[in-house]
This record gives sequence, structure tokens and C-alpha cells, in this order.
Amino acid sequence: MFGYIIRRILAVIPVMTIVAIFVFLLLRLTPGDPAAIIAGDMATPAQLERIRTNLGLNDPLHEQFVTWIGLLLQGDFGTSLISNTPVSSMIGQRIWPTFNIAVLTILLSVLIAVPMGVLAAWRHRTWADYAVMAFSVLGFSIPVFVIGYIFIQVFSIELKWLPVQGYKAPSEGFWAFLSRAILPCLTLATIYVALIARMTRASMLEVLGEDYIRTARAKGVSEKIVLFRHALSNAAVPIMTIIGTGFALLIGGVVVTESVFNIPGIGRLTVDAVLARDYPVIQAMILLTSAIYVFINLVIDLSYTFFDPRIRY
Amino acid sequence: MLHEGMLKFRSRARGAITGAMAAMLLAGTGLSTEALAQEKTITAVMHSGLRVLDPIITTAHISRNHGYMIYDVLVAVDENFQPQPQMADWTISDDKLTYTFTLRDGLKFHDGAPVTSKDVVASLNRWAKRDSGGQLIMDVTESLEASDDKTIVWKLTDPFPALLDTIGKQSAIPPFIMPERVASGSADEAVTEYIGSGPFVFVEEEYQPGVSVTYRKFEDYVPREGEPSWMAGGKEVKVDEVKWVTMPDAQTAINALMSGEIDYIEQVQIDLLPLLEASEDVVVETRDELGYQTIGRMNFKHPPFDNKKVRQAAMMALSQEDVLATLIGNPDYYKVCGAIFGCGTPLADDAGSETLTSGGDIEGAKKLLEESGYDGTPIVLMQPTDVVSLTAQPVVAAQAMRNAGFNVDMQAMDWQTLVTRRASQSKPEDGGWNIFFTNWMVPEVNNPLISPMLNGRGDNAWFGWPEDEKVEELRAEFIAADTPEKQKEVAAKIQAHNMDEVLYIPLGQYIMPQARSTKLTGLIESPVPVFWSVDKEQ
Repeated sequence: MFGYIIRRILAVIPVMTIVAIFVFLLLRLTPGDPAAIIAGDMATPAQLERIRTNLGLNDPLHEQFVTWIGLLLQGDFGTSLISNTPVSSMIGQRIWPTFNIAVLTILLSVLIAVPMGVLAAWRHRTWADYAVMAFSVLGFSIPVFVIGYIFIQVFSIELKWLPVQGYKAPSEGFWAFLSRAILPCLTLATIYVALIARMTRASMLEVLGEDYIRTARAKGVSEKIVLFRHALSNAAVPIMTIIGTGFALLIGGVVVTESVFNIPGIGRLTVDAVLARDYPVIQAMILLTSAIYVFINLVIDLSYTFFDPRIRY
Repeated sequence: MLHEGMLKFRSRARGAITGAMAAMLLAGTGLSTEALAQEKTITAVMHSGLRVLDPIITTAHISRNHGYMIYDVLVAVDENFQPQPQMADWTISDDKLTYTFTLRDGLKFHDGAPVTSKDVVASLNRWAKRDSGGQLIMDVTESLEASDDKTIVWKLTDPFPALLDTIGKQSAIPPFIMPERVASGSADEAVTEYIGSGPFVFVEEEYQPGVSVTYRKFEDYVPREGEPSWMAGGKEVKVDEVKWVTMPDAQTAINALMSGEIDYIEQVQIDLLPLLEASEDVVVETRDELGYQTIGRMNFKHPPFDNKKVRQAAMMALSQEDVLATLIGNPDYYKVCGAIFGCGTPLADDAGSETLTSGGDIEGAKKLLEESGYDGTPIVLMQPTDVVSLTAQPVVAAQAMRNAGFNVDMQAMDWQTLVTRRASQSKPEDGGWNIFFTNWMVPEVNNPLISPMLNGRGDNAWFGWPEDEKVEELRAEFIAADTPEKQKEVAAKIQAHNMDEVLYIPLGQYIMPQARSTKLTGLIESPVPVFWSVDKEQ
């Protein structure tokens, strides 16, 4: 087991190195000039050139790369070319809203979707199954911003129960945080509930057809124990995968939801940085997002060994 | 047994995960809002997020607006286009070669230091390196010195009657006054200390680039006497705090205003206005009657627009009404205007704009194009797809030009790609371009010294690089014009010259409505949204 974990962790190094090189080169091949954004409409070519020189954009590519990697290895993401702010502090400001919304969304989704999926599988080809499937299709089919606008119209504009937009940290008051987090989490959860419920249903259907389930039932084991202890733990591997990748996607930033609910998360930070060609921010964001994916994949892989001991060998 | 162990482990793991998540949810920073509950805070959604904090290094409007919050200016032009004293009064010598400015009493920077003439000299010098008007003044500057703590003496080699108008202008780069230690840095490197002497203090610890920025009232600010008028007059702050927030989604901003979560939206999309107009708690209004001028600019370096007749043919094909109707839609918010200096300004003159303002002349354009010898060279027309106010013009223009016989190659790209590509002097087929469209605030084009399109200095001119000695002569004539009448006379010649040479195509004027909560009162008329004089009912 220990060797397996070490091997998986070591595999992260080449992946991240390739990502770093790829991101750096790709950005330099993309048309666009941060100096033009900074200087604005009236800049002369000479002024643009001086700004580029000041920003180090005229240095040879390999020098820029070495400088960036050198700083990165010291834990320094550099400074935003546009706002002159340390990238790490920008990420520090933006990561918490995204992270908190992601955690709540996944918790909410799992709490709703897993029982829904189990129910659909247990009551296969009954109205309950059809209802779950119908909800899943709807959850996938309606664009997330439409769901967001509907929630805002109903809960914020008509009923006036919740704020339209914004984000408050939990330290500013739990209700202040929760009241602003509920709608974006519910909006995102419609997709993830659909996704996780479908996966749970499919996985459970497969397991419920196994001999050991029939044996357990024949032995008189209660249906609750059969479903949640025997079947669900054996159906967990694909469900964990979908939950993990869903969480990684959320952490990567769900930019439409962040825009609709005005959440200052890392999705918006990334899009803004791309539009402004703010290289240090884009590089840091892609690296960070990749690292999150790699880490979550690692956790998922390790969780497989927890649910299915055969995998560790 | 194994199963039982696993369940126990899972139960422990669940506890640990739940605890960790709770801890993480409680992490993050934030100040208690209780202490601030009784304060008056205006929450405003501005047209874009603030990212560049140095208003001298950039021409971005949001940075300029930020500049007016925290910095003050020596001189400011009022709503009658007249320069008025702001930080300083002045005298002009009889030979018009020496301007002596005297700082008024009580000026302080936000760190408590008094504003001195050395700060002003350093700030003006840095500004003049970035601003085209400033560069013109520096061309005739003999010396700019601080003669004592409160006096600045600016000596010229030749008269420059528009000096006060230039240093008092509100856009694109106003000469904001910074402490000498800040302003003495490079003009091509952004400042990193944001200390001004203006009516608001920048709250650095609450700043989130592109997300929000907070300004506190500067308690030691002493407003000038008199009513506010544009950027001139008394800047009396009546609230404790102004918070600018960025909302990328226009619908969200509107919902937030209607629900009372925000107090003000700087620019409302015209097609969303009916939503706001239905609300009793919201006022939709315009406080800038000049608005914006939308324009087309051609590349003079490469065929076919190096040929005057081809440029004229393209302009003749275009109709301002068609462009504006597609861009804005609601005629209440746009006007056909053939004046390159903007309708409603002292220099406005619409000579030569007849085809543009009367719906275009496709047949005339076809004829001119035939005479020009245009050989069907593809016209690379750049279309930005990510800026709402710039996506319609290229589409309308491309169709009109096709109707006239042009072979138009419309290329879609994001605005950032466009601004990089428009700086390229390569041939259009090698990554260059032939024509693009943009918008200016009217105060950025309302005289020939500041309008970038009227610079005829070839490679040193604005993108498109016309070499036009005549327009340079006319600009020199404008600089020498010492009365408003003479200036207007020269401006009319420049208008006629522009429409003949087609240095650029003015495509009309439009205004952007603002929206505010009925709780806000006292907002002044101004092209720059400002927050002095504004009060908020609690």
C-alpha cells in the first residue's frame, strides 16, 4: 500500500513539469500583449516597447521561463502584469469563495443524489426510477445560468428570502455566508445531483444483480443493510470517481455560476487573466488547477483501495 | 471483521472530513460589519473591474475614474468647457509665456504630508511623458519649476493658449498630483504607492483587483468653494465609504440594484432598461449628454486604403443611422452626428459628413471605387467578439462596403488580440489589417490636440499611421489660435480636411444610461462618474 502511494505521488512530478512547460509556451504563442492592455488606446509603439521591457516581456523566452520556474520553486507565483499585485495574494483572495461553494455543492449533491440513485436502482422501472431519470435529464439539459436566473427570480426577487448576489466569508457571520451560498450551490447541485444520481443508479443496478446480494437477501438480511452496506460500498468506486472529478471541476472554477451570482472565485480570475493576457496569473491558475486535479485523482485512486482492496495490488 | 473495521474507519474518516470541512468553511478573512453598520456606504457597479491603479500609465477609463477618487488636479474644466482653479489659482504673463500657479491652503496628502509645489512639478513632468497633450506643451516648455512651497512657475518658449484646457481636461490622462517621491519614478512603470490628496482614500487592504475596491472619505480634505461642475468646483464628500464592485453579468447587477443590494450602476445595457424602468425604487438617467463617439479607422500604410479615393468610397458606403441602430437600438440613446469633435462641444462642425448622416450613398461609393482603380484586394476588417459596444459596427460596415463592391474579409477575434494586431504594421495578408472600429468618450476627441486620430505624423501617429503634413499644420495653427473664435475657425478646417482625407470615419454619438437607487441624491452631471456631492438616505 505504502509503495503504491509513493509511486502515485512521484508520478505527479513529471505531469506537473509537462503542464508547466506546455502552459508557458502556449501562452507565448497566443496573440495578445499585456502592455497594450496596461497602456490603453493612446499608447505609442515606443511606450508599449518600454512597458514590455519593464515587464520583462522582451527577454528571451528561455530566460523568462527560467526566472518563472526559479520563483515557482521558491513558492513565488510572481506578480500580476496588469494589477502589479502578487499572484499568490490574488489566488488567496479568490480560492476561498470557490472552495467553500464547491464543498457545499458537493456535500449537498451527495446527500441528495446518492439516496436518489439508490432509490432508483432499488425501485427499478417504477415511477420512482422514472422520476429520478427525468430529473437527471433535466439537470443536464437546462443551462446552468438559466437555472441560476430562475432561482434568483423566485427566491431573491419575488420571495425576497435570499440576496441576489455576492459572497461573504463564513467569518463574517454564518448566515451572511450561507444566505449568499445557497443559490449558487443549489444551481450547481442540479447538475451534480443529476450526474451522481445517474452514476449511483447504474452502479447499484449492476451490483444488485450480483449473487452475493441475492444470498444476503435469502439469508434474511434487512433491505436497508443490503442496500447501504452490501451494495453501496461495492458500487462506490465509480461513484467516488464522479464525485472526485466533479469536485475538481468545481474547484477549477465554474465561471458562469461565479458570474451569475457575482462570486469572486478563481474561475473569474482565470477568465479575466486570459482576456488581459496576464501571463503570471494564467500560468499560476493553470498550474494550480492541474495540481488540484492531480491531487484529487490521487485521492480517488487511494479511495479505490479503501473500497476495493484488490486495486492496491 | 474486516467489514466492521472498515465501517469504524469510515465513521472516523467521515468525522474527520466533516470537521476539516467545517474548519475550512470557517477559514478566510473578513471584518466584522457591525462597527460599520451605521456608516453611509455607497455600493456601485462600475463599467469594468479596476486592475491598473496608476491612472498615468494607462488610458483605461476605470483607472481614470479611480484617479479622480483619490487624486486632485491643479485645474479642471467645468461643464462650460472652461478651465477653473482646483488645487491652484494662476496668473499668466502679458507675453503669454509664463504661467504662475499658486496652491491653495489646506492641501494635504492622505499620509498627512502637505502638498507642495515640488509634488506638482514632479507629477506634471511624469504626466507629460505619457500624455500627447502634455508632450505638445513640453515641446514649448523652457522650464517648469517650484519657486517656493506653494508656487509653480511654468515658462514657455512660445505661447500655448490651450495650456489650461490641456492640464484641466478630464480624459484620457488628467494630470493627477501625486507626492514627489511617487511621481519621480519612471513614467513607463506603474506606481506602487497610492497616496493622493483627493476627496477619498484608497483602502489598500480591501482591494481585490477586478473584483472590488473601497474608498473612505478623506476627513482632512478641504473642498474648494463653489458648486461642483464636471471636475471643477467643491468636492464635498457626504458619505463615509464608496465601494466599487465588479459584476460581469449585467442581469445580476440589475437584479442587485432592484433588490437594494447595490446603489448604482454606471452603465446599463440599453436592452435591459425596461427591467429597471418598471421599478419604483430605481431611477434611470443620463448624466453625460456628450457620451461616446464610435469610429472607424483605416490603415494608411497598405493598399487599398493608402488610396484616398478608396477611403472616400468606403466612407460614402457607410450610414451612421444603420450603425447606431444596430449598436444601440433605442434612438433615445444615440444621435447621428457628423462632427468629428462631437456634437454639443464648442468646436462641433459637421461639414463633409452628408453621406454618413443621410444614410450612405452606395451608388456614389461604387462609382468612386471604380474610379479609384481598386483591384479587389481583400479588406481585412477586424471584429472583436467579446466587447458588446464594439461587435456591431464591423458587421454593419462590412455589409455596406460589400454592397459598394469591396471584397471584405471580416476576421473575428477577441479585443485583446485586436489591440495587439492593430499595432502591427505588417501587410494585411501577413498578420496586419486594413480597418477596425472603436469608441471614444467625446471629451477624448473634442479638440485636435487630444484626438488621437488627427495626428498625422506617420509612424508616430495613432494606429493606421497617416502621414499628413496638412493636418499637422492645422494643429499648429490651432495651438496658436488665441481666441475661441479663431480656434473654431481652425477646427472647421480640420473637420473639412478629415472628411476629405478620411483620416477616420466618425460613425455617430451615443450615451449610456446610468441607474441608481432612489436613496441616492446629489449626483452631478459629468462624463466621469464621481461620488462627491452624493448623499445616501439611510
